[in-house]
Amino acid sequence: MTWEMVIGLETHVELATKTKIFCSCTTEFGGAPNTHCCPVCTGMPGTLPVLNEKVLEYAVKTGLALNCEITRYNKFDRKNYFYPDLPKAYQISQLYLPIARHGAVPICTESGVEKDIRIHEMHMEEDAGKLVHDPWIDQTRADYNRCGVPLIEIVTEPDFRSAEEVIAYLEKLRSTLQYLGVSDCKMQEGSLRCDVNLSVRPAGTEEFGTRTEMKNINSFKAITRAIEYEARRQTELIEEGKRVVQETRRWDENKDATFTMRSKENAQDYRYFPEPDIPPIEITEEYLDRRRAELPEMAEEKMIRYQAEYSLPAYDAEMITGQRALADFFEETVALGAPAKEVANWIMGQIMRQLSAQGMEAKDMTFTPKTMARLIALVSGGTLNRNTAVKVFDAVFMDDGDVDAYVKEHGLEQVSDAGLVNTAVEEVFAANPKSIEDFKSGKEKAFGFLMGQTMQKLKGKADPKVVNAAIRSKLGQM
Amino acid sequence: MKITEEMVDYVSILSRLKLPEEEKAKMTGELEQIVSYMDVLARLDTSEIEPMSHVFPVRNVFRADEVVPSYSRAELLKNAPVPDKEAFLVPKTVE
Amino acid sequence: MELMELTALELGAAIKKGEVSVPEATRAALNRVSEANPENNAFITVTAEAAMARAEELQKGVKDASAPLYGVPMALKDNICTKGVKTSCASKILGDFAPVYDATLVEKLEQGGNVLLGKLNMDEFAMGSTSETSYYGPVKNPWATDHVPGGSSGGAAAAVAAGECWYAVGSDTGGSIRQPASYCGVTGMKPTYGTVSRYGLIAYASSLDQMGPLARTAADCAAVLDAVTGKDKRDGTSLGGTYGSLLAALDGKVKGMKIGIPDDCFGDGLDAEVSQAVLAVAEVLRARGAQVEHFALPVMEYVVPTYYIIAAAEASSNLSRFDGVKYGWRAEGYEDLTDLYNKTRTEGFGAEVKRRILLGTFVLSTGYYDAYYKKALQVKAVIKKAYDEAFSNYDLILTPVAPTTAPRLGESLSDPLKMYLSDIYTVPLNLAGLPGLSMPCGLDQNGMPIGAQLIGPALGEQKVLNAAHAFQMDTDFHKMAPKGGTAQ
Repeated sequence: MTWEMVIGLETHVELATKTKIFCSCTTEFGGAPNTHCCPVCTGMPGTLPVLNEKVLEYAVKTGLALNCEITRYNKFDRKNYFYPDLPKAYQISQLYLPIARHGAVPICTESGVEKDIRIHEMHMEEDAGKLVHDPWIDQTRADYNRCGVPLIEIVTEPDFRSAEEVIAYLEKLRSTLQYLGVSDCKMQEGSLRCDVNLSVRPAGTEEFGTRTEMKNINSFKAITRAIEYEARRQTELIEEGKRVVQETRRWDENKDATFTMRSKENAQDYRYFPEPDIPPIEITEEYLDRRRAELPEMAEEKMIRYQAEYSLPAYDAEMITGQRALADFFEETVALGAPAKEVANWIMGQIMRQLSAQGMEAKDMTFTPKTMARLIALVSGGTLNRNTAVKVFDAVFMDDGDVDAYVKEHGLEQVSDAGLVNTAVEEVFAANPKSIEDFKSGKEKAFGFLMGQTMQKLKGKADPKVVNAAIRSKLGQM
Repeated sequence: MKITEEMVDYVSILSRLKLPEEEKAKMTGELEQIVSYMDVLARLDTSEIEPMSHVFPVRNVFRADEVVPSYSRAELLKNAPVPDKEAFLVPKTVE
Repeated sequence: MELMELTALELGAAIKKGEVSVPEATRAALNRVSEANPENNAFITVTAEAAMARAEELQKGVKDASAPLYGVPMALKDNICTKGVKTSCASKILGDFAPVYDATLVEKLEQGGNVLLGKLNMDEFAMGSTSETSYYGPVKNPWATDHVPGGSSGGAAAAVAAGECWYAVGSDTGGSIRQPASYCGVTGMKPTYGTVSRYGLIAYASSLDQMGPLARTAADCAAVLDAVTGKDKRDGTSLGGTYGSLLAALDGKVKGMKIGIPDDCFGDGLDAEVSQAVLAVAEVLRARGAQVEHFALPVMEYVVPTYYIIAAAEASSNLSRFDGVKYGWRAEGYEDLTDLYNKTRTEGFGAEVKRRILLGTFVLSTGYYDAYYKKALQVKAVIKKAYDEAFSNYDLILTPVAPTTAPRLGESLSDPLKMYLSDIYTVPLNLAGLPGLSMPCGLDQNGMPIGAQLIGPALGEQKVLNAAHAFQMDTDFHKMAPKGGTAQ
């Protein structure tokens, strides 16, 4: 029998606000334990939450970008459970009236599947703290620095049928959130985390199987492997005539397997009720219009525009718009007067090469459009040839060095003085009569040799086009 | 509404209270009496009425996204029942 | 001049005039506290040294002082956070918790030049109607020490009645200011929900909790409210600047005021002496030109269950943070995390608190939410509407505060439901967010005080205070003082 997997995703995204959702502590990552905290986010008695306006703004923008209906009358609810990473013993979240509902994210997978992933709902909530076990004292330390960092949770319908679709969705989601500027989506810092709900069923049937939930998986690679493992595990159980138990499972990266999470007091009854400390939020048409107006041009729109406006090939346009930082870099460089195709070539060639060599993300790049534009101008103006330009680029990339100063300091200006070039050609011709004979007898290869010798004589700083022309004209005279 | 000891056990687990047996029996009886009294509300037809969580129409209360320096860690930790310089301590929690 | 017999405003005026110094007043109060506290147990913590130091400091600035209660010693219920001063909620579970922050109300009182004498006893976590559920022992009624002072702000009412301070601030979730004020023969007011910031008040039921004054007179209450009301950016439910000085506008004019008496509050279960004394208040106001009418308020049978469902539900959530991890007391001999939680909470909370936590957990749990919690929120809307309609016809509503005068110690706790039912006249105001004042209006045959409740529309504090002030201008009930001993 062929089995089909049915997957739904719950994605937690940390919003890139400066302060926490309900207090004015910084959201900065890291910091010594419990140093980004105050009485509110450590759940001290008598303290009260006040909503950060930016959180609502970011949530509404995300909802709009994911084609959701924005809930006009919003409330927060309390989700009650005891755990030491949650100092109030309730998480302020949204159950009954989440900020957005009924959205859709179109995806296109590498193997060509095109479909819409429906968004069930999206809500705002607070993050929990971090627990670290200290084996020396055999106690667990609760660090509340992350406590109260704003999250949005995006819940899809069970619309995925493969790990590939899940990854395509997550890549799209990440790109969207980065374009919106609402999250940096750093999976290694936990600012984008996924819970995967998965069940299997015979292909072609309608009814859902029993699902399991895998919590907090934090890399695309791990998600793919966890999905594949869990689908296989469930399929094998069913084929052996056993039953899939509805439960939460933990993905163990090292063991490459999922394990059941048993806890003694596992009654899951969160007793949600409206948060009395936070008044309801009413979203006006005007507020929505303002948020709509702030929405940036997203990747697909840019892709279309780049092809139309700059005549970029579809492939280039897709690569560059894949990350907002690259698209911004592209547009800013073009705005400084550099030819679009040139800029695209630099980004897709040298910049991508450097980023991958440095293990760096595009948005962390310090190399500026201004420097890029200058480098391109030096090439098109004939001061640098292409090979030298790449060397200069490599030298200035990391600290965005001064291109002109570097070129000058290292004497890299291209030789464009016709006299110098002609002198060099004459010297090469005089030293290599055999090659001239070969060329005359029809060996094209000899031309390349003469060309190389001349360039070498000019220390590589000459414009190859000029050298080429000079050699041809000299040969023509013979 | 009949309240059973099983129901009391269930809400005890949820609320992290563990009543001794003799207290539990007494509590069950008292809760049944109270909850039964509350059933008077069923007499009122409220099918057309919106639940009222907030009594006054206060709406949209926000804070600006501006960082205020956090508290000193020593201050925040000084009421902790088990002293530590960095964090709140709990018995080993495994997940 | 017998200092302890002055009202808070009279003392404030005497301090301003230099007739008495702030340290003199403070020392007199502290002496009275050391005399009375062994009898009535009104204080959990007395901050004598800090109070004297503060008094000396304030005395230096007395010439430039403008606040009417500048230099007047007072005390706070022990669920109001005071920086560096133990705040226990009268519970074992908070141990010696000393907050690292002041409640907004505390900051405001300090700006007005208060002297804090200490923290007042109460029912544990403000849950109770007798102040007997305190981990620190029951409070006794200064009028008769074999009677309860009411609750949960019993320490506050007893301290004011016994002349240990000129005013106190308590909290009122279902009558916890008004009912003890009534039992102890003092004036107490719960203002409109949202007028006093709740930041720093340790929550019992967040949608119902509100702090307010207990003092000798309505005028004193007005002065305290002037000092502590106002929008607070730390409390999202606080209301904006809604009225000017209540004290300045306190003229006692009730002419033309329409006062409604709901017959549904004068039926079965109401003590005849209480009924008579409360109805007599209407006659005093009528004599000053108010119009008095009787009307029907047919929601009274629903108010107690609605209140207890909502209050218990919120309490079950609010009190979950007390788990022996971050602050307060932790049980010993636990095996693991769950055992730590269970032992700390089971041993750290008293019986009444546990009862309400379990009840609240129950009404929110799967399968019962709709029948109880959601239903209660719907009935709350019905109750609110009934009061809104009443206030479209009347300026004020007059009712009893409690069905009886103060019961004897130990009488109430044996039957929790009966105790809950005695809150019938006070809880609807918390559900509807309305202001209400309790003032003495007589004594029963045992010599125990009787209180009358004046209820105003939302933000109708001025009307309530004016009517109470008018009553106190014409009567002397608020001047009666306990003689102590046991009941006659």
